[in-house]
Amino acid sequence: MRLHEYQSKEIFANHQIPVPRGRLASSPEDAKLIAEELNRPVVLKAQVLVGGRGKSGGIRLVKSPGEASDEASKILGSKIKEIPVRRLLVEEAVNIQQEIYIGMTIDRDSASTLLIASGEGGVDIEEIAKMCPEKIARVCVDPLLGLKDYQARNLAAEIELPRPLWRSFISIIKGLYQSYQELDATLAEINPLVITADGRLIALDGKMIIDDNALFRHPDLVEKRDLSAEAPEEIEAHKFSLEYIKLPGDIGCLVNGAGLAMATMDIIQHNGGQPANFLDIGGGASAEKVAAALRIILQDPQVKTVLINIFGGITRCDEVAIGIKKILDQIKTDIPFIIRLVGTNEKEGREILASANLETADTLQEAAEKAVQKSLEYAP
Amino acid sequence: MSILVNTETRLLVQGITGHEGGFHAVQMLKYGTNIVAGVTPGKGGEWVLNGKIPVFDSVQTAAEFTGADASIIFVPARFAGDAILEAADADIKLIVCITEGLPVKEMLQIKRAISHKDVRLIGPNSPGIISPPFTKVGIIPGSITKPGNVGVVSRSGTLTYEVVYALKQADIGTSTCVGIGGDPIVGTDFIDILSHFEGDSQTDVVVMIGEIGGSEEEKAAAYVANHMTKPVIGFIAGQAAPPNKRMGHAGAIIEGGVGTAESKITALKNAGIQVAHYPEEIPELIKKL
Repeated sequence: MRLHEYQSKEIFANHQIPVPRGRLASSPEDAKLIAEELNRPVVLKAQVLVGGRGKSGGIRLVKSPGEASDEASKILGSKIKEIPVRRLLVEEAVNIQQEIYIGMTIDRDSASTLLIASGEGGVDIEEIAKMCPEKIARVCVDPLLGLKDYQARNLAAEIELPRPLWRSFISIIKGLYQSYQELDATLAEINPLVITADGRLIALDGKMIIDDNALFRHPDLVEKRDLSAEAPEEIEAHKFSLEYIKLPGDIGCLVNGAGLAMATMDIIQHNGGQPANFLDIGGGASAEKVAAALRIILQDPQVKTVLINIFGGITRCDEVAIGIKKILDQIKTDIPFIIRLVGTNEKEGREILASANLETADTLQEAAEKAVQKSLEYAP
Repeated sequence: MSILVNTETRLLVQGITGHEGGFHAVQMLKYGTNIVAGVTPGKGGEWVLNGKIPVFDSVQTAAEFTGADASIIFVPARFAGDAILEAADADIKLIVCITEGLPVKEMLQIKRAISHKDVRLIGPNSPGIISPPFTKVGIIPGSITKPGNVGVVSRSGTLTYEVVYALKQADIGTSTCVGIGGDPIVGTDFIDILSHFEGDSQTDVVVMIGEIGGSEEEKAAAYVANHMTKPVIGFIAGQAAPPNKRMGHAGAIIEGGVGTAESKITALKNAGIQVAHYPEEIPELIKKL
């Protein structure tokens, strides 16, 4: 689960990381009021969970409370990459002398947390990582010992941070690591961490991603989950614990297991078709879950054919068949279905669907061929 | 011969009185696996599976009384990390964790904590191990495999079923099939299993099924090129997947160019591994060897 910038900054502030003064605004009047309180130039920052806000006009520097109100009314209600802006973070503007990057995430190779820092932070950090990897300092943190002072010091030295700032830098790195640990984050990032004209370090932007598997330890965060910032079909999928990702093609896919779902998409493409989505119903799905999944697929206007590929292990084919039948009784559709059921209770599943007059397939290759064929023939 | 498990394996089931644990314990027993004990804290002293299997409160006592040397874990995600450490502490040599959804940082700690012990962890989020026709320590349906000379190692669950089933349909059998688990941090990697297959007299060919993300397949490819004499057939799921949902800059900085299907397939091919385009092509490639 991704946190908003303002949420990350609240957490940072609680861990002794300096952040600019400011508050959240949901109307132009709020924005004006906050600008008046701060009594200096402010920055308005759209709170949406997509990258590239600055380049899409979601970040504005304004000189007066009046201007804050005008600009806020333009940004609020506008859309950034299809997501409506409902809230702004209004913060004091900071005089920037240098931008630094610090971040930490799970490194699969070393099976530990990897800390990364660079003296050249800001929006183009990934370019720097690609073009000049030597400008990125890295350190692995032992999962049992945690972050040690010397490791933070080494990062400061390696990015050639001026010595008077080391103390503050080490405290910030430690605060970020604590935030990352306490919230079960898989990513915590300050980009940029800036050196101000008057020689202080301030976290100007922050990002945190919380491990979904650890959310049971953080009920307060789940309550604050901002679904408005996510796509509607993904919210619906989330409600039924389905993994759904919309894709540009026209063959809707319903599969059990992420690996098999990807392999099903691959074989569609191999046969000249394009998948309309990735959808994993997980293991042991109920008929209700299958029905919910199909409803999401059929709501997609691009879908011209539905391919259902179930390899029953924990998942029972008869349960899946009941879900399919339920939806076909509820929703009248002429979209062709190709169904392949193999494994646990496959025979019972096929019997349930026999009356529904649906196209079936024995092998994955046959299912993909048929689905691509049907999607080409289909004319609504 | 098989790898990791055989008919001598003395298995205990952690979470045997639960829904999943109970169901799969019956399946494993029917298949021929030598289950010697179950563990459910608070239910020690009960007998399950028609009174055949004793239940203990702890892994330690179960191991002492029954000589169990392997454990399979079905307990819910929030208790699974504890279950793994309990088994490792009781010196259980092989621990197979079926449970999915363990917090990744807990796995970092577990992996580090057991690294200096003589313990092998398979998983979490693994379908387990099957060595037809008599031994399965996991949830892979026995009916979709047959005994043979092909070793299978995979990061997936149902995709693994698809592959062993396709092999069986083509009248090709499996020596041992190992699901190493689909999580970012797992106990045992491809290379470990590949080296076991290289040394296994029953295995003549190895099938390796990977997925996008991480760099395990790239590392395994280098291992195959330098250390394996047996032919390896590969498959990578996720060729049609859009670029990974981005994990912020830090993930992109670390992984750089690796982790995509393209990078993995190239690495496999450069290592002399034949790569199938889709699962059902795997038996065709094996027959051409």
